[in-house]
Amino acid sequence: MKDEQTITAVQQRLLKSRQGKAKKNEFTGRFIVTVAAIIMIVATISITIFLATKGLQSFLVSGVSPIEFLTSTDWNPTADENPSFGAFPFIFGTLAVTFLSALIAGPIGIGGAIFMSEIAPSWGKKVLQPVIELLVGIPSVVYGFIGLTVLVPFMRNTFSGAQTGFSLLSGVIVLSVMILPTITSIATDAMISLPSNLRQGSYALGATRWQTIKKVLIPAAIPSLLTAIVLGMARAFGEALAVQMVIGNVRAIPDSILEPAATLTTIITLNMGHTTYGSVENNTLWSMGLVLLILSFIFILIIRYLSSRRKL
Amino acid sequence: MKKMKLVGFALLLVLTIGFLAACGSGEDGDSSSESENTNTESTEDAGNADSEGTASGTLTISGSSAMQPLVAAAAEQFMSENPDADIQVNAGGSGTGLSEVSEGQVDIGNSDVFAEAKDGIPADELVDHKVAVVGMTAAIHPEAGVEDISKEDLIKVFTGEITNWSELGGADQEITLVNRPDSSGTRATFVDFGLDGATPAEGVTEDSSNTVRQIVGDTPGAIGYLAFSYFTDDSVVAMSIDGVEPTDENVQSGDFPIWAYEHSYTNGEPEGLAKTFLDYLMSDEVQNNIVPEQGYIAASKMEVQRDAEGKQTEAN
Repeated sequence: MKDEQTITAVQQRLLKSRQGKAKKNEFTGRFIVTVAAIIMIVATISITIFLATKGLQSFLVSGVSPIEFLTSTDWNPTADENPSFGAFPFIFGTLAVTFLSALIAGPIGIGGAIFMSEIAPSWGKKVLQPVIELLVGIPSVVYGFIGLTVLVPFMRNTFSGAQTGFSLLSGVIVLSVMILPTITSIATDAMISLPSNLRQGSYALGATRWQTIKKVLIPAAIPSLLTAIVLGMARAFGEALAVQMVIGNVRAIPDSILEPAATLTTIITLNMGHTTYGSVENNTLWSMGLVLLILSFIFILIIRYLSSRRKL
Repeated sequence: MKKMKLVGFALLLVLTIGFLAACGSGEDGDSSSESENTNTESTEDAGNADSEGTASGTLTISGSSAMQPLVAAAAEQFMSENPDADIQVNAGGSGTGLSEVSEGQVDIGNSDVFAEAKDGIPADELVDHKVAVVGMTAAIHPEAGVEDISKEDLIKVFTGEITNWSELGGADQEITLVNRPDSSGTRATFVDFGLDGATPAEGVTEDSSNTVRQIVGDTPGAIGYLAFSYFTDDSVVAMSIDGVEPTDENVQSGDFPIWAYEHSYTNGEPEGLAKTFLDYLMSDEVQNNIVPEQGYIAASKMEVQRDAEGKQTEAN
């Protein structure tokens, strides 16, 4: 009875639309989705152009040397005489926290993904999935606040080398937790989407479960797993708030991971509100934004390269 | 039904596009044109605390986050007395406030520093209204055991020449510096008047005063700098400098060196609601009540004054 009703409803709807309006509707639908696509493209392109013009101002208008900006370790933009604009410590800090947190979160995330897809599919999904979703939902300021009140004192009391507790390592630990859900969920999808005849074939040859995972499944999924890690890194290097609260924000390159450091994003958020539009300091902050954009383009290129390899 | 949905969707699209377009043209200062429509009748009895709710219109204020609580509290009081007036106070930093007021995006821009001190700001076009004074001093961890420091030693501590509090007769604790970002107004004031212009050595850098207080309170041997209003409990100790205690009275008399004006800048002489509100800020009602309640020092009570170059003279 109910099915019949649905069918007649569908018939009527199709009949109605066929009555002269089909062409018009066809056009409207196409128009709407095209506008949506155009808005997205225009937004991306205009942000890129805006950031590029703003970011290049410090080199073209303010006369900061791009080589000094990218390689010098001297950052003192407010000095009355000879201000220096070396952003290398921040670029270094950004790359250091990104790679180190991927180093921690990568194995844990992929391990969790294998647990969820191979070892305990039903139990793992029931427990681990909600946990991961919760981790995604926690705002970054909360991560930072927990880091500041729990992690930083812990570091100070545990490691004698960490005088203040504000350190590269604190930032790395906070970031690792933050990028864990990204890596785990993408890696899980990758593991689950592997064709099941891979597993069955391996078992048929007499391989144990661990041998199957290690020799068959991981090699087959490796491009997707790497994509998961790279996406996690992309999230890590753009994170500002939580890192700013625990990393210490000093402008020197740290000698060890127990010393404070700074990243591009933390320097931007710390200084942006205090600087005036068009001043050299403000322009160099935009240049740092441009560096971040270029870095993210590089990450996207890596992801595209990895996913193209997956098809082979 | 379907048609209605489509119309609704199209409407949403148009709205979105309209909104995007409005964002793009936001820079030509629609907020300032709004303020021109404000009621100017009330300007005559402005500043008079008894004036009954005659001011109306909208006013946008942005800038210094250190000033935001004061201006917001005054605005709230002003709006309850003048129900037709709508004043929005945003933080965002002194640089943002100065930039936005000189570009006409906001009516009043708040700043911790003189407009002359910032690059790219047409300081001669802006009119300065010194609303309040804020005193600052070095904040030290209670266990460091040093509560009075000479300016000379303070400079040595902040430039990294002295690295342990025992060198100054305190506890055997290594000194940890807690700085503000390079462009911060608090840092500029502390460097100019506390360190006589010496560049501080590297240390942990945080922007928010609350975070600085927490770090100094938690880290043994830490020293930072805070406005007087942040010394509310025993977690950090306010240092005396050259034997002068960091009190409001000592700042007013000019004995305590580290203080700064809180400026409200307008682009040209203020008119309409902006003038009414600035007069209200300078009225006795605000200066004697809200200003001290929020931990600032009334600008009207200063016995000394300072110009943009930092030269200090007796107030006349």
